Amino acid sequence: MLLTFDHVTKRFPSGVEALKDANFAVADGEFVSLVGPSGCGKSTALRLIAGLTAPNTGAVKWAGTPPTLGFVFQDAALMPWATVEKNVRLPLELQRMEEAKIRDRVGEALNLVGLEAFARSYPRELSGGMRMRASIARALAADPKVLLMDEPFAALDELTRERLNDELRALWAGKNLTIVFVTHSIYESVYLSSRILVMSPRPGRVVADIAMDDPRARDPEFRATQIYGERCREVRAALKMREDT
Amino acid sequence: MRDRILAYGLPIFVAVAVVGFWEWAVGAFEVSPFVLPTPSAIATAVVTEWSSLAASAWVTIRITIVAFVLALVFGVAWAVIFAQSRTIERALFPYAVTLQVTPVVAIAPLILIWVGLDNAERAVLILATIVAFFPILANTTLGLRSADRGLHELFDLYGASRLQRLTRLQFPAALPYILAGMKISGGLALIGTVVAEFAAGSGTSTGLAWVIYESGFNLRIAKAFAALALLSAIGIAIYAALSLLERQLLKRWHESATSVE
Ligand SMILES: Nc1ncnc2c1ncn2[C@@H]1O[C@H](COP(=O)(O)OP(=O)(O)O)[C@@H](O)[C@H]1O
Ligand SMILES: [Mg+2]
Repeated sequence: MLLTFDHVTKRFPSGVEALKDANFAVADGEFVSLVGPSGCGKSTALRLIAGLTAPNTGAVKWAGTPPTLGFVFQDAALMPWATVEKNVRLPLELQRMEEAKIRDRVGEALNLVGLEAFARSYPRELSGGMRMRASIARALAADPKVLLMDEPFAALDELTRERLNDELRALWAGKNLTIVFVTHSIYESVYLSSRILVMSPRPGRVVADIAMDDPRARDPEFRATQIYGERCREVRAALKMREDT
Repeated sequence: MRDRILAYGLPIFVAVAVVGFWEWAVGAFEVSPFVLPTPSAIATAVVTEWSSLAASAWVTIRITIVAFVLALVFGVAWAVIFAQSRTIERALFPYAVTLQVTPVVAIAPLILIWVGLDNAERAVLILATIVAFFPILANTTLGLRSADRGLHELFDLYGASRLQRLTRLQFPAALPYILAGMKISGGLALIGTVVAEFAAGSGTSTGLAWVIYESGFNLRIAKAFAALALLSAIGIAIYAALSLLERQLLKRWHESATSVE
């Protein structure tokens, strides 16, 4: 296992217990979705993985040395005063990479998300979907082995979201990338993941671990299949969400 | 376009109407020129007294600009120190407020004694700086703290140094706040200069405030009004210049800069 959450508990100084005895593992190359109600500690789990905060008890363990990480934050989190290109350059510049290499990497990342033509645009000149693409390009520029994504598409309209879902799945299929994807959308998790971890309300812990078929074989038609519907029902049951029927 | 004409046309129309009424009313009600001179008399005074007025205006402008720059440097520097630790901020902020709320007229005599009575201009400069610096400090402190949390975490993730975080995240995020503070401080620097010059008294300083004081004393009321008009013009010019700077610096990325149109 590449990453293991071993009895992780996270309590904030305010007394809020975000995670309690959370246990799960992520294998190399997986596309794992963390699904749970809002406030259940999903973002906290990602921040623990990224080392941005430390657990109170338990441990977050990597097999071997911790890999390079990419982080896609909620709401894109781009610097509004910088062009798309400058935003994507940022992680590399902070790591003091040499200029020639930066230019290659940035060009490649913008290419991957289809934003070459907007390199010199400012974030406010872009649509929400394009902003999120820029944010993904920034995370990819550092050539991460593991990509952490915190509800990246939650603020987008349905059509844009579905398009970006497909782009993300293609990206993952084309690279040797492990993705931990936080969402509160059941549909999105079923459409994208190779495995779904369902979390309980706060204090969060993993209450169901649902293995899926290989997402590489999927296409948009997958949403019309019976198996897709069954998986959605399964995740919903695990979430104990009642629909107003 | 129609909006533009209204935005510039209306104030100009008001000005013409007021000046016209003023000119007419002074004649019609036989107001003594020692109480209220006509606009034309003031305009004449600006022309005939130009050499002495311009010299004084230059003194006022120079002190105002230097005080403004000092306020900017000290305000931003102090804010950067605050941004390093909440403890430092808690310890020092009350003193910044104290400096702000103490009337400049009350500390003028002290400053004048400290820098020496023959250094009146330096005393005025120090007082104007004190008056002007608080908005810069308050706005910059707020601005340095305003950067997006996700961006802060991004900087954490890639191991940014404190300096990198300050120059590449906190400063750019604070820029709109600093510019807003500068617009307030520019006006305050001028007001501070004028008030300090009145307060410092003595004949040694020779800015526009002193011209007003002296002209009033000598019953040259039109010249006093001419100096007053110049002060207003300087204030408007400062505000316009800083607004232009703000628009130029923020125009592509900040909401405030495009909503102006
Ligand atoms: N830095 C923090 N300090 C205090 N409480 C926090 C902090 N971050 C998150 N929390 C709290 O922890 C709980 C889980 O937060 P989060 O991980 O953001 O949930 P989710 O991403 O699943 O919506 C929430 O109740 C939230 O208010
Ligand atoms: Mg969250």
